[in-house]
Amino acid sequence: MNTEEATRAIEEVLSQVAPDAELESLAPDADLRGTLELDSLDFLSFVEGLSKRVGQRIDEDDYPKLATMASATAFISGRNSHPVTDTA
Amino acid sequence: MADAEMADAEMADFLMPVLGADMDEGTVVEWLVKPGDEIHKGDVIAVVDTAKAAIEVESFASGTVEQLIVEPGQTVAVGTVLAKIAAARRPPGEKRPAEKRPAEKRPGEKRAAGKRTAVRQEVSSPLVRHVAERLGVDLSQVHGTGQAGSITRADVERAAAPPAGEQPVPRPDGARRRATPLARRIAAELAVDLAGVAGTGPDGTVREADVRRAAGAGTAVPRQAQAVPAAAARAQATRQVTARLMARSKREIPHYYLSDTIDMSAAMAWLHARNLELEVTERLVPAALLLKAAAVAARTVPVLNGFWTDDRFVPATAVHLGVAISLRGGGLVTPAIHHAADLPPFELMRKLRDLVTRARAGRLRGSELTDATISVTNLGEQGVELVYGVIYPPQVALVGFGKVAERPVAAGGLVGARPVVVATLAADHRATDGYTGARYLTAVSELLQRPEDM
Repeated sequence: MNTEEATRAIEEVLSQVAPDAELESLAPDADLRGTLELDSLDFLSFVEGLSKRVGQRIDEDDYPKLATMASATAFISGRNSHPVTDTA
Repeated sequence: MADAEMADAEMADFLMPVLGADMDEGTVVEWLVKPGDEIHKGDVIAVVDTAKAAIEVESFASGTVEQLIVEPGQTVAVGTVLAKIAAARRPPGEKRPAEKRPAEKRPGEKRAAGKRTAVRQEVSSPLVRHVAERLGVDLSQVHGTGQAGSITRADVERAAAPPAGEQPVPRPDGARRRATPLARRIAAELAVDLAGVAGTGPDGTVREADVRRAAGAGTAVPRQAQAVPAAAARAQATRQVTARLMARSKREIPHYYLSDTIDMSAAMAWLHARNLELEVTERLVPAALLLKAAAVAARTVPVLNGFWTDDRFVPATAVHLGVAISLRGGGLVTPAIHHAADLPPFELMRKLRDLVTRARAGRLRGSELTDATISVTNLGEQGVELVYGVIYPPQVALVGFGKVAERPVAAGGLVGARPVVVATLAADHRATDGYTGARYLTAVSELLQRPEDM
């Protein structure tokens, strides 16, 4: 998945979890949970939706990589230093 | 109410219920039944709009719908007769007015108890019945795949119209126009009558797009103007309800406050280990354990679980845990998780997610809004270290959890970094003294040291 696809996937899932969020104005390094006011259940829904959308398992240890738009994009597009194991 | 029942023993009045401590009136948004329909106690039969949210209201009686008196769109005072129900033959004492005190009103239990014996024998556990009740599944229609044909939770969930859009199990409320919560909300905002909208979803379910299409085409019958307040009016009304309730709490209740910093090392380690094994849909958040501990501790210290009414404390017979949920766009609701102390953490987690989703979609049930016996606010989710709550009258205690965060903790002469949470208790000094409150927080702390036992 390239960067553009990853960004689109993340935005899609975020807009489901927080329908009223203005994602266009979201800075790449803004903290997603704080900025979009996601509580732990919202965040879990985000992880769940994203995992389903991109078809890869996301473990709790990966959560910090989903902190911002930039880090999440890097993580999903596979450009992070830790390779992701696929689980379908 | 009592007089009316005596005068006409065969007919029960379905009244505009009290769905919150400060509710004066409500608007009938939708009837889910029509005259002639057979209903059972606990069935959701109407949707009522209050200042806070649209609420699904359950019937308190079994029988046949005789007459719908209040039209959708009409706003009437609490206690107004909304419908007449011709009562089925009932054992004496079963009939009860709609406005019974929360502690005495537990439609879920009645419904489970009222199931046919044959069905009950096939069901493997109370948990399955809980799940069936929550999902609105008629257990007599479910094929059991468990041991000796018993019905498992998976069977119930399969039967309960999964999001994938399979054919749902037929429900008794055939008159109901099926619509997604989003479609209902959009319909309200656009003043579209769902009855006039053709649904394109599974089983004719009306979806958001159908509503928008109907609104755009101008084919839909417009609702009466006052049926559903616009979002801004709703936000203001919600604010006013909260304002009145909280002012009453602070005016009437002599609060006392306690706090305790609880070591979360064991709980977080246990959670982390469990979550590693689990698919994301099954994972637990710390809140699930905190709520579980709060509920079980309320059973340990029952004088904090109940209501202050008529100058005395009336204990509740079960722990229905109110959970403060902030709504997107502002506002707060505190629906109850029924029998929270009896649910394993995984089931509590499931209920919590379901409750939050429905609260935000405006699809809570009347019993959920009125049954809470003790409440929890988990403002730690928003990053605060501790929160001292304001009690919801007539409850007598409110438990607060701050953020679970690593802090320096001294243990055995050494300082180390450990995850901790500050738990607080705001309690009604009329009902209990600080000593009792301290016992409660100690119980919460001890439970969280043994997460595997919860």
